[in-house]
Amino acid sequence: MLGRLSWAAIPLDQPLPLYAMGVVGIVILVVLGIVTVKGWWPYLWREWITSVDHKRIGVMYVILGLVMLLRGYSDAIMMRTQQAIAVGDAQGYLPPDHYDQIFSAHGTIMIFFVAMPLVIGLMNFVVPLQLGVRDVAFPTLNSVSFWLTATGSLLINVSLVIGSFSRASWWGYPPLSELAFSPDEGVDYYLWSLQISGIGTLLTGVNFVTTILKLRAPGMLYFRMPVFCWTALAANMLIVAAFPVLTATFAMLLLDRYLGMHFFTNEAGGNQMMYANLFWAWGHPEVYILVLPAFGVFSEVAATFSGKGLFSYRSMVWATLGICILSFMVWLHHFFTMGAGADVNSVFGIMSSIIAVPTGAKVFNWLFTVFRGRIVFTTPILFLIGFMITFVLGGLTGVLLAVPPVDFVLHNSAFLVAHFHHVIIGGVVFGALAGINYWFPKAFGFTLDEGWGKASFWCWLIGFYLAFMPLYVLGLMGMTRRLQHISDPSWQPLLLVAEAGAIVIFLGILCQIVQLYVSIRTRESRRDLTGDPWNARTLEWATSSPPPAYNFAVLPSVETIDAFWEMKRKGLAAAEPAYQAIEMPRNSPIGIVIAFFAFFVGFSLIWQIWWIAILGLLAIAITILVFGWSEDREREIPASQIARMERARLGLGRPA
Amino acid sequence: MTIATVDFVPTELARGRGGGGPAPTRTVVAYGFWIFLLSDFVLFSGLFAAYAVLSDNTAGGPTGAELFNLRSVFIETMCLLFSSYACGLGALSAERRRLGHFYISAVFTFGLGAAFLCIEISEFAGMVSKGDGPSRSAFLSAFFTLVGTHGAHVTAGLIWFIYMVAQVAAKGFRPHVLRRHLCFSLFWHALDIVWVGVFTLVYLMGAR
Repeated sequence: MLGRLSWAAIPLDQPLPLYAMGVVGIVILVVLGIVTVKGWWPYLWREWITSVDHKRIGVMYVILGLVMLLRGYSDAIMMRTQQAIAVGDAQGYLPPDHYDQIFSAHGTIMIFFVAMPLVIGLMNFVVPLQLGVRDVAFPTLNSVSFWLTATGSLLINVSLVIGSFSRASWWGYPPLSELAFSPDEGVDYYLWSLQISGIGTLLTGVNFVTTILKLRAPGMLYFRMPVFCWTALAANMLIVAAFPVLTATFAMLLLDRYLGMHFFTNEAGGNQMMYANLFWAWGHPEVYILVLPAFGVFSEVAATFSGKGLFSYRSMVWATLGICILSFMVWLHHFFTMGAGADVNSVFGIMSSIIAVPTGAKVFNWLFTVFRGRIVFTTPILFLIGFMITFVLGGLTGVLLAVPPVDFVLHNSAFLVAHFHHVIIGGVVFGALAGINYWFPKAFGFTLDEGWGKASFWCWLIGFYLAFMPLYVLGLMGMTRRLQHISDPSWQPLLLVAEAGAIVIFLGILCQIVQLYVSIRTRESRRDLTGDPWNARTLEWATSSPPPAYNFAVLPSVETIDAFWEMKRKGLAAAEPAYQAIEMPRNSPIGIVIAFFAFFVGFSLIWQIWWIAILGLLAIAITILVFGWSEDREREIPASQIARMERARLGLGRPA
Repeated sequence: MTIATVDFVPTELARGRGGGGPAPTRTVVAYGFWIFLLSDFVLFSGLFAAYAVLSDNTAGGPTGAELFNLRSVFIETMCLLFSSYACGLGALSAERRRLGHFYISAVFTFGLGAAFLCIEISEFAGMVSKGDGPSRSAFLSAFFTLVGTHGAHVTAGLIWFIYMVAQVAAKGFRPHVLRRHLCFSLFWHALDIVWVGVFTLVYLMGAR
């Protein structure tokens, strides 16, 4: 009746997960209690849960990413602490089985449920505004994407309480992840939560490629698009081209596990290295799916806070597209040690080094943008400066690792761990945090507190260097990754430094929470009434903060790059335009409904409760069919109402 | 999955370098669906790659030459291609608002598609009953997964098609129905393209 699920799945004998579960449970109950007591459910349902507004969905993505950052960080600090104390005779506080689950969960969560939601959230919020249009191509689909991502992250957190998570790392390499060596539900949690959220990500990719290529304001030629839109286009093309590979690969592993097939098994002709190839054929483009939008954020930040146009816009665009293509030609550098031979390794080594060329071009562009600019030292530009230094250093260690003989020495060492944290924290995380500080006033209508923002920046920067520079040294000293126990006591001092660094990063996170709290408390004094608090250049700043549901009462007409800057230079429209009625998509519960059933499908497949899985799939099919029949999906906002809202915004008084 | 879109303020067609403002809904929907189909092709390319890698790993089990019956596969292929042809005729009659012609082509689209599926299922059932199921060898795992995924797409397509014809019957050729039918047609033709790859790589090359 309940498949493999039984009371034994709840880890009553392990105190640590029980405490974690208790705390999380209490927090969730308190939040739900407050929402219920205050009567916020109708508001949440109407304005957020069923909203198909790209701005709301973007904000929800970012919130999801930040909440999951706390989870991913808890895993990180647990691992750092274990490594710092489990030296020599000491065994630390995490048994191997638990430790293995933690490093698997840390990687999976940080990539799929922190970095992805953060960049997709920023793209959701910003791209339609920058393009000067009213929403994405398929707003309802956008809501489905978000809720499927949320379902995936819910499922991965359920593994904390019911059963256990994968111990096969965030790659899930076979044969370890095959049924023969991981017989319990851990790997299934990993696979199903990523399959479900992967569908959401793929649909986002389809949605945004279509939006950017087909929906732009009049006059917005390709080479007038803001660079963030270009990087979003590149990232979403990579999603469309790469995520199906991951889906197919995981499907094969699932078929091995559930139906006894032999794609990656040790026997009957399975091939494990095919998994490594397929996984990284997705995995390397994924790196650029994450970092290209971060590059886009920094391009906007550099231009805005230097008071200059971006240096060499065209080379920035071509560098972005070059990286987009090259990213598919380097996957083998993740496993030079596979034994493909000197010729194959050389080709991939050279290709990997070549990626540094367009990336280097971008760094020079940012430098020359900032050079002799009138720099306003806000939190975002501090992140830009921290990023430029950190990312270049991280890139250099990457070029080092791209040399196959060096990689043979450093493969799977702490040096590698230091390298990819270097580029992902220095690139993606700094980019996302800069973006959040930069666009927050657009989203909520008031600026964030600069003092706490800068404090958080310095904590992140210093904490990062303290935490990861020692790992480079440890890697060179011979320390491999994922060690639950350290046998060489001479490594301990550096591990303690790394632990201290992780704590400083936590202070950075604390500063951000305080920053949010302080800013909300003092929001009345920090209102952005102009819609353009930074004296910025692109169209998202041409409308009010926060923008109305329809973004622009009249679609802007674009004549140059930096369209809004040009409008300000020429003077804003003198005469009041003739407002027309606007059709906007209606709210739709289909996203949350599909995600609700998808959760049960995923959970019951993990525990092999087949009847619930079949019912859930049927329910999803029926939901889609019922929704597909409807046609009345737009509501019209009358011209008179738009005129009233616009006049209120511009301070023109009552309409005549 | 059917898709909701916004009709933006009426604009002239976006053409050339796309300076003409947002494209009309029909363009957006068809374009978006094409992008989705591209992603589906990428999914199949992963399965094709796996098949190419594993096709010789028969682990002492039967090879493609021993299993495949090119005669029935040829008939199967013809069913699918002519189903697609009928679907194309249906699209033309929908454009001309000819309901009768649409229904006739619908019968052929569905019937030939279902025939394709029946032949495939009987081929699979025959292999499984002889003990040559997907867990026999890595080659058969890859074979059943690649061909079966295509078959699953055809099955989903047939269900979608019934639903599509029901919408035409209930609502007539309204713009949103036509848009959805356009997406279905693209989907049905895309499955042909995949099948041409399957027919060549799996059956023709495997039966030697």
